[in-house]
Formats: sequence, structure tokens, C-alpha cells
Amino acid sequence: MHTRLEFPEPLKKRRLLPIVKLTANYRLCLAALLALATCLLYLSYNVTASWEFTLQFRAKKLLTFLIVAIAISTATLLFQTLSNNRIITPAIIGFDSLYILIQTALVFLLGAMQYTQLNVYLKWSIEISLLVLAASFLFQWLFVKKRHSLYLLILIGVVFGVLFHSLSSLLMRLINPTEFTVLQDSLFASFNAVDPHLLLISFLVIGCIGAFVASHHHQYDALALGEAMAINLGINHARLSRVTLIIVITLIGLSTSLVGPVTFFGLLVVNLAYIVSASHRHRHLIPMSICCAIIALVGSDVLLQHFLNYNSQLSIIIEFVGGIFFLLLIFRNKIR
Amino acid sequence: MIQTQQLCLKYGSIEVLKDINLTFKSAGITSIIGPNGAGKSSLLSLVCRLQQPTSGTVTLNGKQISQIKSPELARELAVLRQENYIVARLTVEDLICFGRFPYHQGRPNAADIAKIDNVIDFLDLQPFRLRYINELSGGQRQRAFIAMVLAQDTQYLFLDEPLNNLDMKHSVNIMKRLQQAAHVMHKSIIMVMHDINFAACYSDEIIAMKQGRIIYQDCPEMIMQSQVLENIYDMPLKVVELEGRPLCLYYR
Repeated sequence: MHTRLEFPEPLKKRRLLPIVKLTANYRLCLAALLALATCLLYLSYNVTASWEFTLQFRAKKLLTFLIVAIAISTATLLFQTLSNNRIITPAIIGFDSLYILIQTALVFLLGAMQYTQLNVYLKWSIEISLLVLAASFLFQWLFVKKRHSLYLLILIGVVFGVLFHSLSSLLMRLINPTEFTVLQDSLFASFNAVDPHLLLISFLVIGCIGAFVASHHHQYDALALGEAMAINLGINHARLSRVTLIIVITLIGLSTSLVGPVTFFGLLVVNLAYIVSASHRHRHLIPMSICCAIIALVGSDVLLQHFLNYNSQLSIIIEFVGGIFFLLLIFRNKIR
Repeated sequence: MIQTQQLCLKYGSIEVLKDINLTFKSAGITSIIGPNGAGKSSLLSLVCRLQQPTSGTVTLNGKQISQIKSPELARELAVLRQENYIVARLTVEDLICFGRFPYHQGRPNAADIAKIDNVIDFLDLQPFRLRYINELSGGQRQRAFIAMVLAQDTQYLFLDEPLNNLDMKHSVNIMKRLQQAAHVMHKSIIMVMHDINFAACYSDEIIAMKQGRIIYQDCPEMIMQSQVLENIYDMPLKVVELEGRPLCLYYR
């Protein structure tokens, strides 16, 4: 006689924690707390000299980090919204290459000695005016030919980026090795010893831009639907894209002239924000990408300073750690 | 009433639209038909200010649309293009909520939400309400987009090939719904259509274009004749009568 074996009912897995539905606002708060914690860690970890001196020194550097983090992440996000493309970055216009060309040309024309003795304000004004002017010049082409103009801008930017890079390489070969070592230092982003007046100016500019972006963030949501759809919904696309491009240029030009070539991490933090935000709205995306940028920059500097003893570069750490984190997220199917 | 005066569009030396003088009625369904390259989508773009004409003007109730502010115009006319690609991860509900943007500017209130619910019921999108649009089939996505422009609640609705990707059942469903919207809610729906039989069955007026010009503008009975259609499409075809309605056979 066959008896049916009765299997005991499987033990119900007890949920230890109630599953919290992580809304976008909740995630943003978490990210902000994490960013704050990273900043506090940066300020207070391993203080060897006097607290007064260390805090003063580190606070200034932290402010530089904050300015650059806000500027680069916002600029990259707005540029991606405008071009309806999530793998593009404003660096494609050739900012970093132009900055390197300016430094190389200055060393070539003035010599290493004069270059290091250049007035900080003069150098900063030359850099920012050339960067902003060059990019604005590109825009004349944007508004002369209106069709497919954004793609034309990007294409021209890529070509100019290559041109600037080639010119820099040529000039680098022409200067002597000692002068080259002086130049080489300025080819990497440096957050040390930024003049406090420049910091203040940058802060004010970012404040104004921030106010504009905050008042128009709903329009950017509609812009993300594409040009035709945005115009259909009543957005003045021509005006908004013009203003946004000026904002992007200003923000990137500002941070590049402040610390050097630094646009590399924009793409990483913005795509992280898309995954982690659980929202398509700019009121969540912009703050989230700023928080990610702060965590990336400040966290990497803590790593660089205390654990690697400055034996590396900020860009290397950010791209390494950030890249792995990004890949982990992809493999966990967070990107759809 | 939307009117165009001597509307022209040129790309360099190529003339896409030549001297278009049209009047779109303020209620009913109008179909724009014609062979590929006739300029139908371009005409839609110019009328809806998505593109600037080379010369000529478009007026809404006597006023030039270039003089009317874009947010105001968004409450009067809506357009849905052929291709809609969205990078952002939106649910169907989010997308339809964007349709109300000209009214709520990003802050939807109870009236907007009621309207969104209305449109979702109207087009039977309840089962897909919370699904992401990039996870829907082409047809389901198309219905979501049509729902979005319907939610915009405008007097004039311009649709570029709305029946793309739709199966037979949903094509008929959408056409019936649009007819309802036009006759009951007194909207003017202007569609670019490739299926001549659908156009004939549901339109109050048919505009035929060829090589950048308007060649016919008449009621469906007058357009649905073999010679007229052969003239428009440059191909042999036959118009037969089935159950009192004209039917165009062009399949062989």
C-alpha cells in the first residue's frame, strides 16, 4: 500500500526587518547624511598638528571640493538632459584639452620661472575667459544653423579637443625637460592652495546658477522627454537650451580654472545618481548627483591622504573605486 | 480655426512644402494622406511650431502662432510625432502626468489627477498604469503616448501616424475613441494616415498631399474614387463598395 508522504510545511522565513519602500526622498536623505559623514571624517581623521591649523587648512580644501563637486555634477547632468543622452559628458566639448593647451602655451611662452610666479588672479582670469570664450564661440555655430545643432556642437567640440591635444603635445616636445616637470604638475587636478577670493567668487557664481536651476527644475524634467515633446508641452526650448549651455560652460570653466582638469568623474556620479535615485525628476537627481560627487571626491582624498600617503592621484582612485561600484550595480541588475 | 498662409519649407534647394494654404476646422477628424515624401510630417511640424518655415505664416484664430507664447499655445494644440524615444525611466502614469504639464507646470493638483484617471480609463490603460514605458510593447507604448496628448486637453490634436505598431483590435479601438473625442468633446483631430481605409472610414475630411503640395481637400466620398487615389499614390488600385462603404484594394 502506498501512503503519500506528507512533507512538513517549509518553515516560513521570518522577515527580520520590515521591508521599507525606499522612496526617492528617503534615498536622498540617506545620501546627504553619507555625504555629511564623509566631510566630517575628512575634517577630523588623523589630526597630527594642532586642531586650529588643521581645521582651517582642511576646511578650505573641503570648500574647494564642494564647489567642484556641485559644479561638475550639475553641469554634467544638465548637459545630459539637454542632449537626451546618458553617456555624454560636457568634457566632449574639449574643456580639459583647452586647459592643458593654455598651461602648455604659458610655460612655452613665459618659461618655467615666470610661469610659477604668475599672479594667481591674472592666471585665473586668462584661463576662465579663454575657456568660456572658446565655448561661447562654438555656440555661434549652434544658433546659426539650427537643425541638429547640438550634435554639430558636439562634433565640432570633439574635433577641437583633438586639435588642442595635438597642439599641446607639439609644444610639450619643444620645451626642455626641466620646464616640462613644472608643467606636468599642473596637468592633474589639484585641490590644494586655492586662493580664498577665487573660492568666494566661484561660490557666488554657483549660488546664482543654483537659484536658476532650482526655479526651473520642472522644466528640465519636461526637457528630458525630448525636444519635440518639450516644445509641445510649452517649454521655450531654444531659450532654455541656450541658457543651460551657458550654465554648463560656466560651471565647467569655473572648476577647471580653479583646480585643473577635473571633468572625468562627472559621468560616473551622474550615472550613479540615475541608478540610486529611483526617480526621473531633477529635484531628486541633481541633489543626489551632488551628494555622490561629494562622497567620491572627499572620500577619495581621505583614502589618498591617510591610506595611500599621496602615492597616487585623485582621478585614479575615483575611477577605480567608482568603476568597480558601477559594475557591481550593473551586475545586480539595477540598470534596466 | 488654424490657418496657414503660403507656407513653404526648404532644405537648401530642396523644396519640401510649396505654398500651402490650408484651413483646419475647429471640430471633427481630418486625415492627411499621401505618398512618402509628400511633406505630411513636415506640415505637422510647421503648424505645431516644432520647426520654423522658410516663408509663410500659421495663424490660430487670426493670431500668428509665433506671436503666441508657447505655454499658452500648449493649451490650444498638441502634437504627437511618429517617433518618441525617452531616456528617462517613466511609468505610464508619469508620462500621462506630463501631458498635463501646460496646466500644472510640474505640480499636479487634484483636478489634474482626476483628468489623468479619466484618460487612463478612456483608453483602457488600467492594467499598465504603474509599468515602466520601456518595458511595454510598441503598441502599449503608443497607446500611452496617445493618452498623454489626450490628457493635454487641447482643442486641436495633431497625430503623426497614430496607428503605428497597433494591432487590429487596438487600431479600431483608438479610432473609435478619437472619433468620440472629436464629436462628443468637439475637438479637432488631424492625423497623418497611411491606411487609406481607416482614413476613409473615420474622417470627416481628407487632405491629400503629393510632392509638397495639397492636391485634394474633400470629404471621403469624393476622395475614395479609383482615379483620384491612383492620381495621389501613382499605383494601380481599385475602390469597391462593401456594405455601403467604399473600400480601397491595393494589395496586389
